[in-house]
Amino acid sequence: MNKPGHLTNQTRAGLLFAAPWLIGFSVFLLFPLLKAFYNSFTEYTILTPPVWIGFENYADIIRDELFWKSLGNTFYYAFIAVPVSTVIAISLAMLLNTKVKGQAFYRTFFFLPALVPAVPLAILWLWLFNGEAGIINAIIEPIFGVRPNWLGDVNLAKNILIVMSAWGVGHAMVIYLAGLQQVPIALYEAADLDGASPLRKTFQITIPMLSPVIMFNVVMAIIGSFQVFTQPYIMFPGGAPERSTYFYSVYIYDAAFRDNRMGYASAMGWIMFLIILVLTLTAIKFMDKKVHYESN
Amino acid sequence: MAKRTLSQQNLLSVGAIHLVLGLLSIVFLIPLVWMISTSFKTVEQASVFPPVWIPEPFMGGNYKEAWEYGKDQLGGIAPMLIYARNSLIVCILAVTGTVISNSIVAYSFARLKWPGRDLAFAITLATMMVPFPVLMVPLFGLFKDFGWVGTFRPLWIPAWFAGAFNIFLLRQFYRSIPMELSEAAKIDGCSEWGIYSKVILPLTKPALAVVALFSFMGTWNDFLAPLLYLQQQETWTLAIGLQAFRSQAGGAPIHLQMAASTMVVAPVIILFFFTQKQFIQGIATSGLKG
Repeated sequence: MNKPGHLTNQTRAGLLFAAPWLIGFSVFLLFPLLKAFYNSFTEYTILTPPVWIGFENYADIIRDELFWKSLGNTFYYAFIAVPVSTVIAISLAMLLNTKVKGQAFYRTFFFLPALVPAVPLAILWLWLFNGEAGIINAIIEPIFGVRPNWLGDVNLAKNILIVMSAWGVGHAMVIYLAGLQQVPIALYEAADLDGASPLRKTFQITIPMLSPVIMFNVVMAIIGSFQVFTQPYIMFPGGAPERSTYFYSVYIYDAAFRDNRMGYASAMGWIMFLIILVLTLTAIKFMDKKVHYESN
Repeated sequence: MAKRTLSQQNLLSVGAIHLVLGLLSIVFLIPLVWMISTSFKTVEQASVFPPVWIPEPFMGGNYKEAWEYGKDQLGGIAPMLIYARNSLIVCILAVTGTVISNSIVAYSFARLKWPGRDLAFAITLATMMVPFPVLMVPLFGLFKDFGWVGTFRPLWIPAWFAGAFNIFLLRQFYRSIPMELSEAAKIDGCSEWGIYSKVILPLTKPALAVVALFSFMGTWNDFLAPLLYLQQQETWTLAIGLQAFRSQAGGAPIHLQMAASTMVVAPVIILFFFTQKQFIQGIATSGLKG
């Protein structure tokens, strides 16, 4: 009954209400994303306009040892920190879900570290892992008789970041705890009748029922850890020691704002975007096949 | 007999769980206790090995010293005061914008029908995959063209244009409100804006509180964006100021670093204790409805 060419009231209201995001999406997301794509085929600094150089940036990146080093470090971090943190988060959630007295206190204790902002977090852990007077070595030395130089050792330094990520599992733990509370108790009662062991119940009921939540949060965590910046930037200037803690995001930042190679940084940014895209789509595909949904 | 064995077993396992949870709590709390302990030590005691847990003498004055550290560079004003003020300004502007814009936009995605809406929502969700580092360089160029570099504007204006995560979160809440409420209001002659502001908005206050909390945390913690845009010391936020505190001119001594860090962490933890319920529920919702 509306004249053609005229928007219905709902459509007009819908678009008006959505307008802030439609503008924000275009200006702060789509435009920079496409501009970065174009710029990745150019060479420019913050003061000079982009000059088209075709695939040269990409060709240079493939030959750039530092790129591979930073990518390797980032993969190492993402694919160790995320599984380790996930296992810890689920274990804590299951312990809390036993509903012992004082559950709320324990939950608060485990959650508090997740509240520490990235900068104080970095400063605090530099101090904890300090080789001379840090508390970690005060615990390690009496037991193992050594005082490792955590921050200066090529093999140890990046693992500090993994420990930090494990310390901050509070967010994930809260999510898994909520997920556990949604698992129907009838399933456990049925398993009890069959005489199933706690271990069996964990792997045949709890984990499968929790799998959609695990999948979603693991994917989000991997996307997040791929972009890790603040902690390594503050704790390990230049990726010291020997670039062993040089991360992908830090390299992009350095390339753009220290070396003034904006085109190169844009190309690296797009490669990061594509990697995240492939990882996410793979995870979604995997999720459709393997993950248990309640409707099954 | 069998009954007693069972309850004994039960007691034993409850005890074991408490033991494990207790030990784990200590592990999780040690770093924070250590931070606070160091912040009250003398500079000599801060670096003795093996470390001492209880500061002796107890140096409460460390906090004043950390608060005022480097005030000569800022004409006698305590730098932490300026950083805290800057962080608060950015947080207030960003949180206000985030709550208002996301509430309006999520309403459109959840309760209004328009052509292309579902596609737009799918694209919105997909934007969560776009990493910030790929946008960082062109955004810097854009804000430079706007003349915003060196101001707070790049840190809060984008917050007024909504974002995927919060739209997603609020849409879940809006959809759980029965459509009959909107229809009844419409029959009473309410406009869409009237339905939104008078009927739906009052019902979503808890959800908006969650969005405000997350937004505050995100802005308070943000390091990369202020690092990109704020060069003058007078404009630094706490995150940047704290980093400079540690790294500039040899860096402040460790006991003052810990005092300053504690002062940056404390507001977040206090906020958490006042809003624990919304906080925990908000996190649970954000991770479950995927």
